[in-house]
Amino acid sequence: MAGEASKAIDPKELWGGGRSPFSMSYGKMMMWFFLISDALTFGAFIVALGFLRYTYADWPVSEEVFFHIPFSHGHFPLAYVAFMTFVLIVSSVTMVLAVEAGHRMDKKNVIKWMAWTIVGGLIFLGSQIWEWGTFIAGPDGDISTWADNARIGWNPYGPPQYAQFFFCVTGFHGFHVFSGVIINIILFINVILGTYEKRGHYEMIEKGGLYWHFVDLVWVFVFTFFYLI
Amino acid sequence: MERDDIIEYSLDAHHSEEKGVEIRKKILQVTILLSIITAVEITVGVFMGKRVVAPGTWVLIKYGYIVLTLFKAWYIIKEFMHLGHERKSFRKVILYPYIFFIIYLIFILLVEGSAVFSNNNNFDWIQIFK
Repeated sequence: MAGEASKAIDPKELWGGGRSPFSMSYGKMMMWFFLISDALTFGAFIVALGFLRYTYADWPVSEEVFFHIPFSHGHFPLAYVAFMTFVLIVSSVTMVLAVEAGHRMDKKNVIKWMAWTIVGGLIFLGSQIWEWGTFIAGPDGDISTWADNARIGWNPYGPPQYAQFFFCVTGFHGFHVFSGVIINIILFINVILGTYEKRGHYEMIEKGGLYWHFVDLVWVFVFTFFYLI
Repeated sequence: MERDDIIEYSLDAHHSEEKGVEIRKKILQVTILLSIITAVEITVGVFMGKRVVAPGTWVLIKYGYIVLTLFKAWYIIKEFMHLGHERKSFRKVILYPYIFFIIYLIFILLVEGSAVFSNNNNFDWIQIFK
């Protein structure tokens, strides 16, 4: 305490001694701080999209751009992106179930739910690749005809910034999903090896889970502001 | 060196089998809620698009989307990311600065966006006052 500087401080009186800011572990708090900074980056992206849309009178309508689905030539506006959104929400749910199982030290269920989370992430990533391919291919749906393909400088849908924001926003988010899947795979291997069982708790799943839920959270906003509005 | 970051607090997070059943029920409820909201958003997006409805209705739909999105976001943060169950002070530390900055950013960029729009389209602001 104050005024006792001449005395050696017992480490138990410090953070390790049952007190911690907000009763939270250091790692979890730092994960939250990281997510806030990441949220500001995504916030800047999405608000910049809003800025551009305010400067253009004729921004493309996404129902008229995103109406393809795999293995069909039918017209299904927003159907595939709805599927992707649903996949990401479900993988977020399986993640929270893994965290819950971890709180009960239920190794078997943590493995099961982590596996489903990774599968969901991979389906989303594959969908993203397909979505990019379809977007680049343009209205004729053929990626080998270069003339009408969407690229950074020009796209067949509207102002050049439309494709630039599509690539940057969904690309940056897709990269987050990719790193999230890598993190989840590392956690998954550690769970199988029994690392957290030995440690006595599954808090690392919680930290990975925070990141994964954040990726889902960002997609909720990207979905609204890029695809719906 | 003793790892003080992984011992004390993390163990507090353990819960019993009965508590687990309760939490899983809550997770299921939130899942259903999020799915329903997404389904509503998609249905509106497909059948009441910008080109189909009247401009006035579109403005309403737009704000409706934003409200639904914030609603979804709050449930993800509160239940899935567990922020609703952390200390109240921590919740404020995380949310208030972010909300403050992002509201300013939205305000200033949308105002500037409108200014660029009127500049590009030779919109004469002075005529409003004439």
